[in-house]
Amino acid sequence: MATAATQQRSEGDVVLLVGTMKGAFLISSDRARSTWTIDGPHLRGETVYALTYDGRAGRRRVWAAGHSFHWGTVLRATDDFGASWTSPDQAPPVRFPEESGLALKQIWQLLPGIADEPDTLYAGVEPAALFESRDAGRSWAPVRGLLEHPHRERWEPGGGGLCLHTIVQHPTDAARKLIAISTAGVYRTDDGGATWQPRNVGVRAEFLPNKYPEFGQCVHKVAHHPARPERLYLQNHWGLYRSDDWGDSWQDVANGVPSDFGFALAVHPHDPDTAYIVPLESDEFRCVPEAKLRVYRTRDAGATWEPLAEGLPQQDAYETVLRDGMATDEHERAGIYFGTRSGKLFASNDDGDRWRCIADGLPPIVCVKTATITAA
Amino acid sequence: MTITVVLPRALVPHARGAPTLALHGDHPTVRHLLDALAVEHPTLRDRLLTEQGALRPHVNVFVGEESVKYLDGLATSLRDGDTVVIAPAVSGG
Repeated sequence: MATAATQQRSEGDVVLLVGTMKGAFLISSDRARSTWTIDGPHLRGETVYALTYDGRAGRRRVWAAGHSFHWGTVLRATDDFGASWTSPDQAPPVRFPEESGLALKQIWQLLPGIADEPDTLYAGVEPAALFESRDAGRSWAPVRGLLEHPHRERWEPGGGGLCLHTIVQHPTDAARKLIAISTAGVYRTDDGGATWQPRNVGVRAEFLPNKYPEFGQCVHKVAHHPARPERLYLQNHWGLYRSDDWGDSWQDVANGVPSDFGFALAVHPHDPDTAYIVPLESDEFRCVPEAKLRVYRTRDAGATWEPLAEGLPQQDAYETVLRDGMATDEHERAGIYFGTRSGKLFASNDDGDRWRCIADGLPPIVCVKTATITAA
Repeated sequence: MTITVVLPRALVPHARGAPTLALHGDHPTVRHLLDALAVEHPTLRDRLLTEQGALRPHVNVFVGEESVKYLDGLATSLRDGDTVVIAPAVSGG
């Protein structure tokens, strides 16, 4: 359980927000990121697919979406790193309008809005929709332009359900954001959510007769770099892509990877040319190739990829990393983190050169996010 | 009429810590009762019902010892003095 000692945070500390099938863990270190303290489980027994850190406007707030098989999804927050959480009877409702005919199954993604709008938050949910809060999470409403999108009736659920699992917000232009839905593909708005256009040109849909449809791709993850927001990376259900024009077009960058199937994707916090993936063998065998756990890193925007294996198991490692299972911190020499379905959490404090297992035996990990603590 | 509602442990925090509630007033059916419960404890509604007002698929509601699944669902009639038990189904992980 949480203790007063583990809740003290200093500038440069890193807190890993780890969502699992049985609750959330807050795993902390100082700026050296060499020793870690595990605190949890929070939201004990609930599946936590979505976590995020909101450090805007002087806050140090962690949001978590806990899902109960029986009682549904409840959104909760802590301002003291887990010492106390929103009381369940004060939890903000995230509900579809009754006339939509839709019912909330799960929250897949939480994201703070831009710095200039410190009370804006977003939630990506299943069935696929984007919810917005403009009062720091006290109330939520679906973004109508996407809820009522004419393509909706043709969106098909992927293996995890029809989920909006990725939100990419332009760092300074609140009106521009991009979302990804399995299985509908990438959509972008440039007008604050009133209208949404599919942005899948060049992205393959291996499982359809038409391999390059306007929409219907099974996008697994999209990530960008805040300093160069038009640069995007995309891990597809078969296919690895980069866009340099905010998704208007995509180029295949699966150069030298053992498989272009996978889920997890992260971009280096200070270099838009550097990104990380964890390839999986195939959609029929969703484990790392050759039972060797390797992260692949590009430092040239996908022109080449190199395997990173130092400190990672290279024998009998039948591991899987899910779409939100990898994240970076904000340090110059970046910390890279990922969690596996077998409950292992790995960390690197040197841009991915060397790795260490910092937790073993957690429940299956479905989400890894980070908080890099700044001055209060 | 007075209906006693027994909550499972997971839902007690949604009812200000009370595991058992006594609801007074006119509650001719289970749906009326749940509506009244949601007025008193708003976050309980979404734990029991979907946005369309259907009972969540893995939630059981008993009137006395009989599940409303085998009665008239949420239209099951209530009588003064009934006890309604809400319980998670034994499905799930």
